[in-house]
Amino acid sequence: MSIDLHGIVKRFGSFVAVDHIDLHIETGELLALLGPSGSGKTSLLRMIAGLEAPDEGSVSFAGKDATDTHARDRQVGFVFQHYALFGHLTIFENIAFGLRVRPRKQRLAENEIAKKVNALLELVQLDWLADRYPHQLSGGQRQRVALARALAVEPRVLLLDEPFGALDAKVRQELRRWLRRLHDEVHVTSVFVTHDQEEALEVADRVVVMNHGHIEQIGAPADVYDHPATPFVFEFLGHVNRLPSQVADGADTYARPHDIAVRRAPSQSALAARFVHGSAIGPVARLEFALGPSAQTINVELPRELFRELSLQPGEIAYLTPIRLHQFASAA
Amino acid sequence: MNMAAPFTAPASGQHATGTSEPWVVRWLLISVALTFLTLFLFVPLGFVFYEALKKGIGVYLAAITDPDALDAIRLTLLVAAIAVPLNLVFGVAAAWSIAKFNFVGKNVLITLIDLPFSVSPVIAGLIYVLIFGLQGWFGPWLREHDLKIIFAVPGIVLATTFVTFPFVARELIPLMQAQGTEQEEAATVLGASGWQTFWRITLPNVKWGLLYGVILCNARAMGEFGAVSVVSGHIRGATNTLPLQAEILYNEYQFSAAFAVASLLAMLALVTLALKFIVGQHADGRQHPSERRP
Repeated sequence: MSIDLHGIVKRFGSFVAVDHIDLHIETGELLALLGPSGSGKTSLLRMIAGLEAPDEGSVSFAGKDATDTHARDRQVGFVFQHYALFGHLTIFENIAFGLRVRPRKQRLAENEIAKKVNALLELVQLDWLADRYPHQLSGGQRQRVALARALAVEPRVLLLDEPFGALDAKVRQELRRWLRRLHDEVHVTSVFVTHDQEEALEVADRVVVMNHGHIEQIGAPADVYDHPATPFVFEFLGHVNRLPSQVADGADTYARPHDIAVRRAPSQSALAARFVHGSAIGPVARLEFALGPSAQTINVELPRELFRELSLQPGEIAYLTPIRLHQFASAA
Repeated sequence: MNMAAPFTAPASGQHATGTSEPWVVRWLLISVALTFLTLFLFVPLGFVFYEALKKGIGVYLAAITDPDALDAIRLTLLVAAIAVPLNLVFGVAAAWSIAKFNFVGKNVLITLIDLPFSVSPVIAGLIYVLIFGLQGWFGPWLREHDLKIIFAVPGIVLATTFVTFPFVARELIPLMQAQGTEQEEAATVLGASGWQTFWRITLPNVKWGLLYGVILCNARAMGEFGAVSVVSGHIRGATNTLPLQAEILYNEYQFSAAFAVASLLAMLALVTLALKFIVGQHADGRQHPSERRP
C-alpha cells in the first residue's frame, strides 16, 4: 500500500520537529528515513503510525486520507526502538496479542491463532522460544519477536523506529541482512528510521535524508551516496574532507577519504601535506595528513598494500591528488 | 585473568575494601538501630499482648467478644471496605492521568495528593465537621432532609477516605511514570481499545505495586484514630471503630479489655507487615533488570 504525506508540520512548543514535508512511499518498497537525532525522522514515523498527530498537513494510505484515523484502526505494524514487548506475557502471547484484541466477530478461533503465531515464530526463527518471557531473551531475539508481533496483524505498512539501534555491532549486521531478506519475502511496504548511514544504504530501496525537519534528498542508496544534493548529505553519508578552495575555482570542494590518491612525487595540482599518523587495521589503512599553514586535517583511506608500499614516516611530506571532487554552489 | 585470582590474595588480616567502614562504626550503627527498634517497637508490641493476656485467655476472649467490641470490629471492617475500594479507583485514575497524559495543573495535582500526609488528621476531621456538622455549611440542609453525616457512619467513611487517599496513588505514580507509555502505544497500534490496553497491559504491569498500595491503605484505614475521633462522636456500638473502642476502654480503666482490643490492631499490623514483605519481594523480583527501560 502506498503512503502519501502532504505538507506535514509538527511542532513541540516552539521547536519545529517536522517542517512542511511531502513524501510519497511506493507500495512494497523498503524506505529509510535517515538523519541525525532531532532531524524529525522519528516524529514523521510516529505520525504515519498515528501515535502523533500532525499540526498541519495530511497522511494518506493508498490514496485515502487517514489523517484523522485512530492509530488502532490504521492497520500499521510498529516496531519500537526498545521493542516495548509485554513483559508479563510469553513470547507466544506477545505475538498473539494483536489477534486476541480484535472485536469478537473478527477474532480467529484459538487453533487458527496458534497456527498463525507458530508460523510467525518460524518466520523469525524463534519457534523454540514460544513459552519464554521477554526478559529471558537476548536483544536480537527480542527484536525479532517485536517484528513478528507487528506482522501478526497483517499490517498494510510496517514501521520500524531505529530497529537495530539497541544492538551490538555484530548482531546488528546479521539482523540488517535478515530484515532485507524478510522484506523480500513478505513484501509489505516498510519504513524504518535510522541515524546510521551504513544501515540505511545497505538495507533500503530508497533513502530519505532528513535534517532539521526538512528532506535534504531522496534517492536510491547509490544515488544519494554518489550524487549528494547538498553538503549536508555528503557529509552525513560517510567521512568527508573539505578541501581548500584553490583546488577548484572558489566554491567549496569536498572529497571522500577513499577518493584521494597519495604519492611521494609531486605532480601538477597535487597538494603537499605532512603525514601525521596512519593505522592499518583491517583491509583499509586510515591515514591522517596535515595540510597547509593551518594544518587542516585531511583523512585518506588506502588499501593496506598501497600504504605499505608508500612506507611513509610521520612528518614526511606526501602529495595528495583528489580523484573525485564534489562541489556545491553555495556553501552550507 | 583467571577466576581464582581473587581468592589467592594474602590470607593475613582483613582487607578493608574501599567502600566499607571500620568494624567499630558498623557495630555501633547496627546496635544503635537495634536498640532503638527494641525500645520503641518490640517492647511496646510485646507489652500490648502481655497486658491483654495478663488476666487469662478467658478475660481476653470475653473482651473481644463483647457486643460493643464486635460492633467496633464490624464498623472498622465496613469503613475499610468502603474507603479502600474508593481510594483504589481514585489512585489508579490519578496515577494513570499523571503518568500517561500531559495537562495543565499536573504538578498541582501531584502536590494535592500528598495533602493528607501533611495535614494533621484531627484537622482533616474538623474540616468535615465544619462542612457537614450542625453548625456547618450543609448542616441546616442535612437536618431538613434528616441526613446524618457527622457523628454517624458516613462521616467516619469520609474522614477515613480523606486520610488514606494518597497511599495507592503514591505507590503507582512513580511506577507508571517509570514504565512510560511505550507498551500502551504498542498495544494501541496492534488494535487494542483503551479498555483492553488497561486490563491487558497497564494493570498487569502495576499489579504488585497496586497490591502494595492497597495493603498500606487498608492498614491505615483500619487504624486511623485522629480524624475518625473528631467526626465519630464516640457512640458505643454505633460509631466506635477499633482504635476508638480501645481508647474508651482505657479511659474507663478497663485495661485488660483495652489491650485486648489493641492487640487486634497489633495483629492487623503484623499481618500487614508480612503481606507487605511478600508483595514487596514480588514487586522487586518480577521485573528483570534487562527488561527495564533505559
